[in-house]
Amino acid sequence: MSDAVQGDAARGATRALAPLSTGWGAIWRDGLIAAAAWFVAAVVTVASPDVVPWGSTQLWAELLAGGAAILLVAAFAVQRLGKVGRVLAHYGPWLVALGVVFAVWEVATAKTGWLPKPFFSPPQGLLHVYLVDTKRLVYCVLFSLRLWAYGFGSGIVAGFLIGVALGWSKRFAYWGMPILKLIGPVPATAWIPISFFVLPTTFAASIFLVALASGIPVAILTASGVASVNRAFYDVARTLGARERFLVWKVAVPGSLPHVFVGLFMGLYYSFAVLVVAEMLGAKYGLGWYLAFQTGYSAYANVYATLVIMALLCSGLVKLLFVTRDRLLAWQKGII
Amino acid sequence: MSAALKLDTAEPRRSVALEVRGVSHAFDLGGKQLPVLDNIDLSVAPGEFVALLGPSGCGKSTLLRLIAGLEPPASGDLLEDGVPITTPDPSRILVFQDPTLFPWRTVWKNVAIGLEARGLLPAQKQRVADALALVRLGEFANAYPHQLSGGMAQRAALARALVNDPHLLLLDEPLGKLDSLTRLAMQNELLSLWQKVGFTALLVTHDVEEALLLADRVIVLSDRPARIIAEFRVDKPQPRRRDDPDLVHLRQTVLATLGPIHD
Repeated sequence: MSDAVQGDAARGATRALAPLSTGWGAIWRDGLIAAAAWFVAAVVTVASPDVVPWGSTQLWAELLAGGAAILLVAAFAVQRLGKVGRVLAHYGPWLVALGVVFAVWEVATAKTGWLPKPFFSPPQGLLHVYLVDTKRLVYCVLFSLRLWAYGFGSGIVAGFLIGVALGWSKRFAYWGMPILKLIGPVPATAWIPISFFVLPTTFAASIFLVALASGIPVAILTASGVASVNRAFYDVARTLGARERFLVWKVAVPGSLPHVFVGLFMGLYYSFAVLVVAEMLGAKYGLGWYLAFQTGYSAYANVYATLVIMALLCSGLVKLLFVTRDRLLAWQKGII
Repeated sequence: MSAALKLDTAEPRRSVALEVRGVSHAFDLGGKQLPVLDNIDLSVAPGEFVALLGPSGCGKSTLLRLIAGLEPPASGDLLEDGVPITTPDPSRILVFQDPTLFPWRTVWKNVAIGLEARGLLPAQKQRVADALALVRLGEFANAYPHQLSGGMAQRAALARALVNDPHLLLLDEPLGKLDSLTRLAMQNELLSLWQKVGFTALLVTHDVEEALLLADRVIVLSDRPARIIAEFRVDKPQPRRRDDPDLVHLRQTVLATLGPIHD
């Protein structure tokens, strides 16, 4: 789960730019190649008609050409773009690869039909879905986000508090730990039938399932984190006049945060899994529902388009958690 | 150094008398009793600097934990100015062999923790800066512990103790893990703090030379269970010299008392 990419960006950029400043000024070679690749992809897209009509083919070609133009400008201006330029330069090889992938993908699907409709879709197929079904997709994203926020939010708060209690109080641990150890390994999805039956609405049931999936790893890791805080820290704090409240919130909790974040990452991944399954089974909106619904109509372009949205959404949330962790655990730098 | 601590240092009586009467203690190791302290009697006068010397693992640190109030003794009495010690109190502060700075707090926040825990921080922020200045760490207020050297970390731990204006400073081999040069510097540092601030000090060490350089009185403990086997008064004014013939002689005597059990 390392996220060193951004940190390496600056170093990678200097490497990518280094050989060019010697020749004819500062030209970003990867940028030129990427522009060419994107231009070729655009030409391939419009050069011959689609085997079956997909819609938005013209627009896709225009977007590719536009991208190629931007890359071409960037190739000459990259040194004047500051931080953006450095990030661009770092991802140069990726931009080249993207152009090539777009071209090959286009040929394999729309232009030759090697990968046939409806099971496969060319890039313009996805683009077309975004344009035609915008409103419904936005609704679904918002629905999923709302469900995720309620479920994950309540799950991690409850999991964290339970974990602190389990790690701190021997009596609470005596009763709570066996229960957690028994229930913890059960996949949250196993609770789907019963929670849809017991809870009043499917929305409430879905929130409960997501909360359960994200709360349990947080509870377990918080408990082990609190229990593993160096005993000497408590002795020091007690001799300095700390009472129990202070020991919990100012020693146990900050000391256990590295563990808590491991639990949060696990909980985050589980929450996505359960969210989608819960939506597929019981929801009337949401990305999971949309996937199941469109699969039923063999609308695989819509399915691919949704998967792309999900990938961006989930990795965005993971990134957000990384940023939060790096802020809260800045003190760990140089220790781990 | 500023007003608060200056005022304190000017005050003559900031130290306490410590009385240890017939204290015995044992550890419970899986149902088996392991005696660690055997009938310890010890009086420390206000402002006195006493060193406890003994083989490692003999129970010296346990005695300090009892005096700090972290654990009650199995039997016997511990009195601070005649009042029984039952709980930890910021007037008696234990400094450990490891600096045990909280890694998630900056040096400033580490030093402030005693005041913060007692709700005094808003009114007494200046004391934190004073304590940091006292141990010459003012410029490292915003550093995290992992950015400090061993000696600096131990100085920060001392500042964290001193900011609470302790009347009794319990030092559990605080210089034990430092390299020898830092150790010499820190011995002088400790001495000058003691002279400046005037607390009562109880230092646990297994370094005979360190005990003789710093303490008014050196108490030698036996191997576990620890008993007091000898007591030496060091009647030399500070600053003392390591190569002072009297101290060199005394060192031989102390080492002879410790005998072959000293490791």
